[in-house]
Amino acid sequence: MQPQSALSRVGRLHTRTAWMILVALAVLALIVVPVLNLVVPPDHPLYMPGWMVTLAGRFLCLALVALALDLIWGYTGILSLGHGVFFAMGGYVMGAHLTRVAHDDGRLPNFLQWLDYTEWPWYWAGFDSFLFTLVMIALVPGVLAFIFGFLAFRSRVRGVYFAIITQALTFGGMHLFFRTETGFGGDTGLTNFDTLLGFELGTPGSRMSLFWASAATLIIAYLLCRWIVTSKLGRVMTAIRDAETRLRFTGYDPLRYKLFVWVVSAVLCGVAGALYVPQTGVINPSEMAPPASIEMAIWVALGGRGTLVGAIAGAGIVNVVKTWATSAYPDLWLYILGAMFIGVTLFLPKGVVGIVSMLRRRREGES
Amino acid sequence: MYTTPWMRRLAPLLLLLAGLPMAGAVADTAIDRAEERVEQLDQDDDEAVEEQLAAVEERDLDGETAEVLSRLATADRRELQAAMEDIAGLQDADALPTLFALQDRRLYYTDDGTLIIKDARDGSLREATTGRERSDLQTGDLSQPRLTNVVRRTLRPTIGALQIFSDDPVARLAAADELAERPRPEMRDSILEALERETSAETERLLNIALAQLDLDSEDDARRLEAVQIIAEVRANRLRSDLAALTEIGEDGEPVEPVAEIRHAAQAGVDAIDRRARFASFASDFVYGMSMGSVLLLAAMGLAIVFGLMGVINMAHGELLMIGAYTTFMTQTFFALFAPQWFQYYLIAAVPLAFVVTAGVGILMERGVIRFLYNRPLETLLATWGISLILIQTVRWMFGAQNVAVSSPPWFSGSVQIMQGVTLSTSRVGVILFAIFVVALVWFLMNRTRLGLEVRAVMQNRDMAAALGVPAKRVDMWTFAVGAGVAGLGGVALSQIVNVGPEMGQNYIVDSFMVVVLGGVGNLLGPVFSALGIGVTTKFLEPATGAVLATILVFAAIILFIQWRPQGIFALKGRSADD
Repeated sequence: MQPQSALSRVGRLHTRTAWMILVALAVLALIVVPVLNLVVPPDHPLYMPGWMVTLAGRFLCLALVALALDLIWGYTGILSLGHGVFFAMGGYVMGAHLTRVAHDDGRLPNFLQWLDYTEWPWYWAGFDSFLFTLVMIALVPGVLAFIFGFLAFRSRVRGVYFAIITQALTFGGMHLFFRTETGFGGDTGLTNFDTLLGFELGTPGSRMSLFWASAATLIIAYLLCRWIVTSKLGRVMTAIRDAETRLRFTGYDPLRYKLFVWVVSAVLCGVAGALYVPQTGVINPSEMAPPASIEMAIWVALGGRGTLVGAIAGAGIVNVVKTWATSAYPDLWLYILGAMFIGVTLFLPKGVVGIVSMLRRRREGES
Repeated sequence: MYTTPWMRRLAPLLLLLAGLPMAGAVADTAIDRAEERVEQLDQDDDEAVEEQLAAVEERDLDGETAEVLSRLATADRRELQAAMEDIAGLQDADALPTLFALQDRRLYYTDDGTLIIKDARDGSLREATTGRERSDLQTGDLSQPRLTNVVRRTLRPTIGALQIFSDDPVARLAAADELAERPRPEMRDSILEALERETSAETERLLNIALAQLDLDSEDDARRLEAVQIIAEVRANRLRSDLAALTEIGEDGEPVEPVAEIRHAAQAGVDAIDRRARFASFASDFVYGMSMGSVLLLAAMGLAIVFGLMGVINMAHGELLMIGAYTTFMTQTFFALFAPQWFQYYLIAAVPLAFVVTAGVGILMERGVIRFLYNRPLETLLATWGISLILIQTVRWMFGAQNVAVSSPPWFSGSVQIMQGVTLSTSRVGVILFAIFVVALVWFLMNRTRLGLEVRAVMQNRDMAAALGVPAKRVDMWTFAVGAGVAGLGGVALSQIVNVGPEMGQNYIVDSFMVVVLGGVGNLLGPVFSALGIGVTTKFLEPATGAVLATILVFAAIILFIQWRPQGIFALKGRSADD
C-alpha cells in the first residue's frame, strides 16, 4: 500500500465528528491530565492528585483488555473466559524484568533462595534487558495463545465449549503459578519493584509517564483494532461470528483468521498486563483466577459488544463503580455490581453504547 | 411477556431480597445457642466407650475375682502392687470398673475392707464387688488406696490386659491394637488365652501380630519360625522392618538369622507384605479417587441438567451448592435447638430440605431473570454471574463472612475398613454412596416421571413438543428447579467434606463445567464417567507429581481431549452442521 493511500485509509476509520471526539479525548488524556497533575499547584481545586493518575492509568490498562476481548468476542464471536492468563503473562514478564532490576546486585529474591537456587534459573535469563522484556511481553502471551488457539480452532471447538476450556486454561495457569516451585514467587507473586529504566517508581514523574504510556498505547491499540474491523479481514471476522459454516462453504478457512485475531487479542492483553504491573507494584496468580476473566467479559457486555468504544466505556464504568462502591458501601457493592450485570443483560442487550444509538434513532424518528 | 412492567419482572427477586435478611436476623440469635449444643452433643459421643466400661452395675463377681480385688483395700504400697499383678492374671473383664475407679481416684474402702466405688456419672457410692448402692456412707469416712507412680505405671497395662477379655468388641479391638503396637513379654499367656476366645477377625489378627512380635526374639527356633510365618500370613505392615532385618547379613559377614529356613520364610513374608502393601495402596487410591470423583459428580450433576440439558450457562451454580450446604447448616442448627435427641439424624433430614430450598431459589432465578434470556445463551452467563454475586453477599449478610461449623454426625465421622490395611473415613465412602443415590434419583426423574418425559421432549424439539400440548415454559421452570435442587444435594455432600463459607461455591464452578463439557452435554451418563475419570486420574497422578501439578496435568489433558472429541465423551449424534 502506498503511503498516501495508507494515510487516507486511516482517515476513513472514522467520520469527521468521531475523529474530533477522539482527538479531544486524546488531548484530555495526554495533555490536560499531565497539566492538572504536574503544573497546577496541589491546593488548587482542579489539582489531580498522584493516586488518581495511577488509578486512571490502571483503568486505561483494563480498558485495553476490554478492547482486546471485544475484538475476539464482539467481532469474531469467540467468547474467551481466559483472557486473565494473557494479561497475567504480560504482567509476569514485566514483573520479572522489574524484579531483576531490583536485584541487580546479584542477590537473588527470597523465593528463589528458598528453592536453593544460587543463580538465576534459565527461565529468568534475559529479563535484565528491557529490550528483551519488550519482545517477551508480546511473545509469551502470543505463543501461548497461538498454541492454544491452533489446537482449539483446528478441531472446531466453539461457543460455550471454547469459553469453558479457556476457563480451564486460566485456572490451570493460576494453579501453576501458585506453586512456589514454579519459581515466580508462588502466591505472593512478584513485588518490591523500585526502578524502571532507571526511573524510580512512585515519583510523580514516573507515575505520569506510566499513565501517559497507557493512554498512548490505548489510543494506538484502538486505532489498530478499528483498522482491523473496518478492513476486509474485519468483514471475514463478522462473517465467522454470524455464519461460520456458510463462510467455510464459500471457500474461506476460518482457522487462520480466527487464529490471527485470537493472537492479536492475546498480545494486546499482555501489553495491558505489562503496563498494569508497574502501576500496581505487584503481580500475583490471582490475576488468573477464573472470576477475574469472567469480569473482563462483563466489561465488554456492559459497554456493548462489537463496538470497541463500548468495551472501553464498559471497563471504565464497571471499574469506577467498583472502586467507588467498595469504599463507600463495602457491604453493598456486590449487590450494586450484581444488580448492574442483571439489569444490563435484561434491559440493555446492546450495552451502554446501545442507549446512545437508541436515543439517536429516536431523535431521527422525531425529526 | 415483554410488556410486563419492570417492577413486576423483578418482584420475585425483590421479595427474596427483603425476606432473606429477616430470616437471617431470626436465625442469628438461634445459631449461637445451637453451636454450643452441637459441640456438647459431639463430645458426649467420644467418651461413651470408656464410660461404658467404667460403669458399675449390680452384678455378681466371680468368687476368685472378688477375693483378689478385695486385696486392693490396703494402705500398703507393696501389697497393692502384688494385688495388681494377680488381677492381671485373672483375665476377667469384670474387674475393669474397679481399676478405672482406682485410676481416677474414685476407689475407697471401709474400715472392714469393703471396696467402694464412687460412680463417675451420678456420684453415688457403690460396693465394688456387688454393685449395691451404699447410701449410708460418706466419702469423708472412707480411706483410699495410695496411688503412687509405681502403681499408676502397672495400672495402665493391667487395664489393657483385662480389656482384651471384655465383652465389648470395640474395647477388645482397642486393647489388641495397643498390644500389637507395644507388646509386653509378661502378657504372652494372656494373649494366648485371649486368642482362644476371640471371635472377631480383626482383633484376632492384631493379637497374632502382638504374639508374633514377642516370639520373633525368642531363642526357640520353632517358635521363631512360627512367628515369621504368622507375620507373613497376616501381612502385618508394621512388622515388615523386623522381617527384613532377619534376611540381612550382619556386620560379621554372617546372616543375622542363623536358620536358613527362617530366613527364607522371612523373605517370603517381606514379599507378601510388599505385595499386599502395593495392592492396598492401589485399592485405597482407587477408592479415594472414586470418592474425589463422586464429590465432583455431586457438584456437577445439577449443572449437567441446567447446562447440559437446557443450555443455560449458570454461573451461579456454585452458589446453589453453597445454599445447599448452608441449608444443611440450618438443619443442624434446628435439630440442635429443638430436637437434640434426633441430632445424629439431621443429615438425613437435610437432604430433602436442601433439595427443596435450592429448587426454590432456582425457581426464583428462572422466573426472575433466566427465562428472559433463553434465546441469548452467552448473556445468561453475565446475568447469572450477577445473581451469584448477589447470593454470595446475601449469605454473607445473613451468616457472616466466616465459615460456619457443620459437624458430621457420629455415624458419618468414623472410618470404614474396606480391606485389611485400607481404612477410609466414612464420609469418603458415604459420598460415593450418596453420589449413586443422586444419579439414581436423577435417572428416575428423567426416565420414569411425566416431568422427565416432558423435559426430554422439550429438549429434543421444543416447537413440536409445544404443538403437542407440552407447556414448554413451565417445563423450563421445573427443569431448572430440579437442576438447582440436585445442586443443593451436592451442597449437602460438600458440607461434610469442605469448609462451608459464602465463597465455597466459586471453587467448584470451573470443575463442574469441565465435568459436564468433558462428559458431553445432553446426557447424564457422560458426567458420571468424566467426574469419576477425573477423580481417579488425579489421585493416581498425585504421588508422582504432587496435588497441584496433578490438577494442572488433568486440566491440560482435558483441554487436549476436547481437541480430539469436541463434543465430549458421549456426543449426541446428529446431522446438523452447525450448533
